[in-house]
Amino acid sequence: MREFTLIRARSAHDAVQAMTSHPEARLMAGGTTLYDLMKLGVERPPAIIDINGIKELGAFDTGGARELVFGSLARMSDVAADPRLVEDYPALSESLWRPASQQLRNMASLGGNVLQRTRCAYFRGGEPFACNKRVPGSGCAALDGVDRGHALLGTSPHCIATYPGDFAVALVAFDAVLDVLGPNGMRSIPVETLHRLPGERPDLETTLAPGEIITRIRVPVTTLGRASTYHKIRDRESYAFALSSAAVALSMKGGRVEQARIALGGVATKPWRARVAEQGLVGRELTIETALAAGFAAFMDARTGHHNGFRIELGARTVADALMIAAKRS
Amino acid sequence: MTTGPDPSSQPAQVNRREFVLSVMSVAAASGAVNAAPAPAQARPAQAATGVPLTFVVNGRQHSLAVDPRTSTLDLLREQLALTGAKKGCDHGQCGACTVHIDGRRVVSCLTPALQLEGRRVDTIEGLQGPDGSLHPMQQAFIDHDALQCGYCTPGQIMAAIACVREGNAGSPERIKEYMSGNLCRCGAYNGIVAAIGQAAGQMEKA
Repeated sequence: MREFTLIRARSAHDAVQAMTSHPEARLMAGGTTLYDLMKLGVERPPAIIDINGIKELGAFDTGGARELVFGSLARMSDVAADPRLVEDYPALSESLWRPASQQLRNMASLGGNVLQRTRCAYFRGGEPFACNKRVPGSGCAALDGVDRGHALLGTSPHCIATYPGDFAVALVAFDAVLDVLGPNGMRSIPVETLHRLPGERPDLETTLAPGEIITRIRVPVTTLGRASTYHKIRDRESYAFALSSAAVALSMKGGRVEQARIALGGVATKPWRARVAEQGLVGRELTIETALAAGFAAFMDARTGHHNGFRIELGARTVADALMIAAKRS
Repeated sequence: MTTGPDPSSQPAQVNRREFVLSVMSVAAASGAVNAAPAPAQARPAQAATGVPLTFVVNGRQHSLAVDPRTSTLDLLREQLALTGAKKGCDHGQCGACTVHIDGRRVVSCLTPALQLEGRRVDTIEGLQGPDGSLHPMQQAFIDHDALQCGYCTPGQIMAAIACVREGNAGSPERIKEYMSGNLCRCGAYNGIVAAIGQAAGQMEKA
């Protein structure tokens, strides 16, 4: 691991200042992604800004009448176990306890989790594998490699790396917003606009400007919360990244779907909202047939590679099962 | 860029709100690893010391200067000679290095030691009672043959104790879900689940 300068920030404002004076620095919260990638030599920051001492970012409040507010340094395990989330927003709670292990969830922050980097083995593996995300312009070893876990949606000829997180997928389904502090002050952006498509620059992963830090995550209070689930399908039942997942929330009226929210995880280059599939359900009865139709509609634009074609049907069935689970909660 | 002592020892009225702890030169360490030496200007000019840290391990306070790259696992094993926590994968994927920090289970391989300032670490070495008696979880692992080679066992036991304290050991299904971060290549899982079920009852009575 490369040497680095250590900076300890005591406030979000400190962190922004430190990023301004050390433009190549990385923020470190739980460290479960960054420190791991530093060990692999994939991340080589000349400076680390330790933000764990910023008390103002650690709190969360799920009791508000208009929105749920989560400090970006709240830890995944604490938020997952919040009684209001478990009861009224099961998709959010599940998207925080189905990832990783309890050890990692005790460490990992919400902000860091949202910014978690891909698990693409060619990205993590380093030399001799080409990776446009790791070394811009070097190529993509995954295109002709083992792509069983790679993305079906949002890919480009330069990158097919899957966005691996769960929580951000549920956040996108619930129209969550990020508060971001930067050198020019505070701004708010929808979580859906945080991650970029890889396009020609897979190394540019987010729309955060230099020197910006996520301070809060806000979820609008909604009646869709209760009939929701984060359904996650993996190679093993626990402690694995998603082969496909779906965050789903519903409101039903007279046996028919009034509103539906569907977001996909594990199958796209970013947290993926499936609006066409949502709209196709509105006004219809929810049966396994209409649910499956919505599932396949969500994958209409999927592009398969060599080994990942099976995940179109798997993904469609994940959406369908998630819809049926959510409907039982309404 | 300035160099400062440990922020926790700074008086409260200090108005420099960004504390910078320089890397200090760990030239000796990195020079041995990198065949091509870095340009001279990349080397900070400070003395080879490290980040000063004060923390408690198994009830005993330590004050050390640590290379900021060091993991808590390496610090425990290589500098404090506490070799109970094991290095399995070194990437947070196996759970063999599980310890408690401020009472919560974490993987020590992915916890940079620089995060330990002012915190309390508990490892498998601290479990035994003063009279040498085993913790109920240790005894339960023996009673249920919850190990074969034993390499993952210290991590399993530390994770298991936390699992009970969190209230996540109420059923075999819940134990399996909340112990899934600890892999056992020998496949002693049935014994591990049974041991945790037994110890959970005893820990709740205690």
